[in-house]
Amino acid sequence: MSERAYYLDEGLPAPVPEADGLSKPYWEGLQNNEILVQRCDKCQNWQWGPEWMCHKCHSFDLTWTKVEGNGHIYSWERVWHPVHSALSNQGPYIVVLVELRDYGNIRMIGNLLGDPEQEVRIGAPVNAVLEHHKDNDPAFTLLQWQYS
Amino acid sequence: MGERTLRGKTAVAGIGETTYYKHGQAPESEFKLALMAILAACEDAGIDPREIDGFSSYSNDRNDPSRLAAALGTKELRFSNMQWGGGGGGGSAAVGNASAAVAGGMADCVVVFRALAQGQFARFGRGPQVPTISGDLAMASPYGLLSPAQRFAMKMMRFMHDHGVRQEAQRAIAMASYHHAQNNPRAVMNGRPLDEEKYDNSRWIVEPFKLFDCCMENDGAAAMIIVPAERAKDLPHKPSYVLGVSSGSDHRCAAPSHNAPNYASSSFASVAPHLFEMAQVTPKDVDVVQSYENFTGGVLMSLVEHGFFAAEEANDFLKVDNLLAPTGKMPLNTSGGNLAECYMHGLELQLEAIRQIRGDSPNPVADVDVSIVCSGPMVTPVSSSIFGTEATL
Repeated sequence: MSERAYYLDEGLPAPVPEADGLSKPYWEGLQNNEILVQRCDKCQNWQWGPEWMCHKCHSFDLTWTKVEGNGHIYSWERVWHPVHSALSNQGPYIVVLVELRDYGNIRMIGNLLGDPEQEVRIGAPVNAVLEHHKDNDPAFTLLQWQYS
Repeated sequence: MGERTLRGKTAVAGIGETTYYKHGQAPESEFKLALMAILAACEDAGIDPREIDGFSSYSNDRNDPSRLAAALGTKELRFSNMQWGGGGGGGSAAVGNASAAVAGGMADCVVVFRALAQGQFARFGRGPQVPTISGDLAMASPYGLLSPAQRFAMKMMRFMHDHGVRQEAQRAIAMASYHHAQNNPRAVMNGRPLDEEKYDNSRWIVEPFKLFDCCMENDGAAAMIIVPAERAKDLPHKPSYVLGVSSGSDHRCAAPSHNAPNYASSSFASVAPHLFEMAQVTPKDVDVVQSYENFTGGVLMSLVEHGFFAAEEANDFLKVDNLLAPTGKMPLNTSGGNLAECYMHGLELQLEAIRQIRGDSPNPVADVDVSIVCSGPMVTPVSSSIFGTEATL
C-alpha cells in the first residue's frame, strides 16, 4: 500500500447530514465503525440511500440496522480527468458501486482501495474499510472497499 | 372523450437558432441569445413574434417566459411551462408540453426554446467546489464521483459488461457525429474531423468514456414554433407534424445512491413503448435518428431501448457506415449533435429532425417521412419525440 493517509487527496466536499437530519445516523455510524442502513419494521425491506418512508409498503417506521461490510462489485469506473481542484494532482482513481447481496441487493458507492490502475472485476467480492477523517473540520468517515 | 393523443394535432411551423459558440465565447447575453433564436424561428415560420402566446422549456432554463413575452411585446401570455429535470432529458418533453397546450386549446402559438451561455453562469462538467455536502450528493462527491460523466460511466460500464459491448461501438457513434458536422457550417466542430486513430489515441475522461465520447459545452440558443396542424398548412414551410411524444422513466429510476432497479439503462425502457404507440409507427418506419449525446454510451443504450437493435447486436450494428447520411442503414445525429454541432442541450437535435423532414439538412436523407429525437439519456425524466410528414397522417 502507498504512504497516503487517504485514498483521495484532501479537499473534496465533506459529507454532513441534511438540515432535516435524514442521513445523520449513517454518518455517525461510520464514525463509530458501524455501517447502518435502513430496514423497514413492517415489511423487512432493506433500502438505500436514506429515505423517510419504505418504498415497498409506505411505512414510516424504518430502523437504522447494522450490516456487515461484505459485498460484490456491481459496476465501476476509473476517473482520469479531474473535475475538482482538490484532485488536480491525484491521478487516476477508481469508484465502485458495491452490491450487498445479504441485504436486499442494496448498492453503496465507494473507492476501491489499492493500485488505481489495477484490474476491476464486476462480481468480485469486496469488503468494507472505514476511512476516518478525524482531523477534518467537520470530522467524517468514508466507506471504502477492497478486494476480499 | 375522444382518443387521447397528440398524433397529428400540432406541427412545427418554424425553427431558428443563433450562431453556435464555443463555451464562454458568446458575445451576447444569454437572454439576448434567447430572443435572437425566437425571432429567427418566427421569421422562418412566417409568424409575427407578437403572436407567440406560450413558452415551453426545460432543464431550469434561466430565461423567464414573462420577461421574454414583455421583451417581445407579445399580445398576451397564455402558457408558460418548465419541464422538470436536468440535462437534456426535457428536450422532447418541451415539444410535447407545447403541443399538449396547443392541442388542448390552452394556447395557439407556443415557442419551445433553450438558451445557454455558460461562460456567464456555471459549467455542468465541473464538480461542486464547496466545503461540505449533504443528501444524495454526499454519498458520491467525497469519493470523487462529481460530474455528469462520472455519474453515468458506471451505468455504461455495467451495460457493456452485461452485453459484451465493445469500445468500438461508442467510437462509431462519435465518428458519425463528427462526420456530419463537417458538412454543417453551423457546427462548432466543422473543419475538425475525427478518425479512428484520433479517437483511439484520445485520453480517458472516465472509463469507459474517452474525450470524444463526451459532449461539448457551448453557448447559443435555439427555438421552434408549435402551432395547430391546420394552421401549419398555410405557412411557408412543409409542416412537420408531431406524431408522438413520451417522457418519464421507469420504476424508481431516481432511487438514491445509484439504486435504480434497472441501473444499466438510458431510462427509456418504459418511455419508448408509449412513444411508438402514440406515433403509430415502429422503429423500422423511422428514416433518421437524432439521439442526445451527453455521452456516446447513453446514445447506445437509447438506441437499444428504442428498439433499433438488440443490446447483443450493438457491436455489429454500430459501424460508422450504418450511421451516415445519406446511405446508412440508420443515419444518426445528422447535424453533428451535441458532440460536434453544438451542445444546445439537445434542442439542436429537434431542429435537425425538422430539417430532415423538410429536406434542408446539411446531410439530407432522401424521402424522410418519419424523424425521431431521443432526448437526454440516463437522467430522469427523459423524453423522446417523433415527427412526420403529411403522408404519415
